[in-house]
Amino acid sequence: MAKVSLQGVSKFYGKVQAVKKIDLEIIDKEFLVLVGPSGCGKSSSLRMIAGLEEIDEGIIKIGDKEMNNLEPRERNVSMVFQNYALYPHMTVEENLGFSLKIAGLGKKEIEERVHEAAGILDITEFLQRKPSQLSGGQRQRVAMGRAIVRRPDVFLFDEPLSNLDAKLRNQMRTEIKRLHQKVSTTIVYVTHDQVEAMTLADRIVIMKDGIIEQTGTPLDLFERPATKFVATFIGSPSMNMIKATVVNQNNQLSMKTNDGIIVPVPKDKQNSVNEYQKISFGFRAEDIVPLQFGQKPSNAWEMQSSVNIAEPLGTETLIFTNFGEIEIVSRMFTPEQVKSNDVLDFALNLDRTYLFDENSGLAI
Amino acid sequence: MNKRQINNILIWFSAIILIILIMTPGLWVVLTAFRPQVDVMAKPAVWIPRNLNLIQFETMLFGGSEGSMGRSPIPVLSYLRNSLIISFTSTFIAVLVGTIGGYGFARHNFKHKNKYFLLIMLTRTIPGISLSLPIFIIFSKIGLIDTHIGIILVFVALNIPFTIWLTDGFFRQIPRAMSEVAMTDGCTKLQAFWHIELPLSRSGIASAGIFAFLISWNEYALVSNLARSTDSKTLTVGLMDFTAQFTINWPGMCALAVFIIIPALILTFMVQKHLVTGLTFGGVKG
Repeated sequence: MAKVSLQGVSKFYGKVQAVKKIDLEIIDKEFLVLVGPSGCGKSSSLRMIAGLEEIDEGIIKIGDKEMNNLEPRERNVSMVFQNYALYPHMTVEENLGFSLKIAGLGKKEIEERVHEAAGILDITEFLQRKPSQLSGGQRQRVAMGRAIVRRPDVFLFDEPLSNLDAKLRNQMRTEIKRLHQKVSTTIVYVTHDQVEAMTLADRIVIMKDGIIEQTGTPLDLFERPATKFVATFIGSPSMNMIKATVVNQNNQLSMKTNDGIIVPVPKDKQNSVNEYQKISFGFRAEDIVPLQFGQKPSNAWEMQSSVNIAEPLGTETLIFTNFGEIEIVSRMFTPEQVKSNDVLDFALNLDRTYLFDENSGLAI
Repeated sequence: MNKRQINNILIWFSAIILIILIMTPGLWVVLTAFRPQVDVMAKPAVWIPRNLNLIQFETMLFGGSEGSMGRSPIPVLSYLRNSLIISFTSTFIAVLVGTIGGYGFARHNFKHKNKYFLLIMLTRTIPGISLSLPIFIIFSKIGLIDTHIGIILVFVALNIPFTIWLTDGFFRQIPRAMSEVAMTDGCTKLQAFWHIELPLSRSGIASAGIFAFLISWNEYALVSNLARSTDSKTLTVGLMDFTAQFTINWPGMCALAVFIIIPALILTFMVQKHLVTGLTFGGVKG
């Protein structure tokens, strides 16, 4: 059990700086998810914690001990890889027991601990099989078993679910969360899938281009995105985002889109923007609803638009429609039949719009 | 008969012709080894053997007896010993060094890596025989003519590039994550190599080994220059013992040839399974 801290950590590949002086404190027993698009430096950060990549700048500590010059084996971390990386020439039992054998433990203790781990992950019946005789989900479980059998200070997961099909992924996601509750060890988990991040994490770190965009609980990030990138990255479907310029209309600041549509700046933001400022305003699909099938919010702005495509998903329906020239998505939770080309009145909840400065990308 | 059947027949027919073409010389060698000299030299040729005997093998091992050509035995056991020592030692060293080299090329990045790789492969484009004179001169200056060590050195140098090429391909097929997991599992780099990557590339190393062995075992041209006496002459060079100034004892030579083929055949069968997977799996470089 240990906390992990990264202090001003950088990673260079040749001239490219993949990780740019990031600072991060991971609390003991926390489930921390590093998420971001590919190439954002999340995997490099994880591999530096594991000791598989050199730390070019800064300090990484596990517990209170500096790790910079320690080999992976000296860090007492376990890593689960995307492609499982099970040892194909060993049985499941040998796979699980390998680290203990290397550590020089006795046969009896190895057996006990292997069976304990196998019990936790429900793989006892496969112990004598070779990895090639297992399904994807079973392999993933063995890979996790191999990680927990060592009782490491920190678990490192590198996109462990991306090789699985959708159904299995959901199932294993739940199992990973359950595992964390059972073993309560610090977990650093890398993924590019924001749904995984939201569902698993105690805290999410969103990275982009080698820097940390925002750190916070899943709901923090969802409700209070610090940047435009975070706003569009978190949440499914992605937040609608429209570029606009702030204009003065009848002594009230409004946002004028490139298509000339004018939407008033929400009251609480009136003092935070300046005339002529270039901004983007965003709103989630559930905050723009067809009036016919929903409740009109207290502070609404209305528009009429025709449906491009409707996707009924059972509990909800996604409606793709146009906001000027830009296609946006609206989500309604009533099981009404909506067809393409239906003309609907939409109400945008102004209290739930997000404003971002166009130059800095920061939230206003 | 439809088109597919005709195709099949054509394929079978060409395959059989090809097999006959490949097999005939070998079969002729084996047949000749068991036939009397008269039959071998007969004109027109005696295609179907009239009598077969083991006289050549007896003469080769124990010296001439009645009915043979009255020759003294050739030191076939010395040759065999030399062949075994030279082939096994050179194969062992070549595979050891070559595997380490292949691992290095597959797993590590260093400056001009591709150029070095190409350079090593280019050494194999030089015909072996053209090396014989320079090697002879160098070896005569440092006293390596007619020694096991000298010949072993030559074979090691010849076999390392191929071993590097083959094992490099194999190591590339093993995901890097495999050794990384092993390292977080508590292994040193060497332990990860020993416990994980080496066993996984077993068939590649076995293939490299059998190739290196066969090259050493069958090589004639270079050894015939470097070996002068029974101290280092190998079986293949020993074949020349059957030539005299005006005659060649063909049955005797073929008997020794059969003697040479057998160990190679046994070894090939032993690692055959690895060889097939080896060639199909490791041969393609990623």
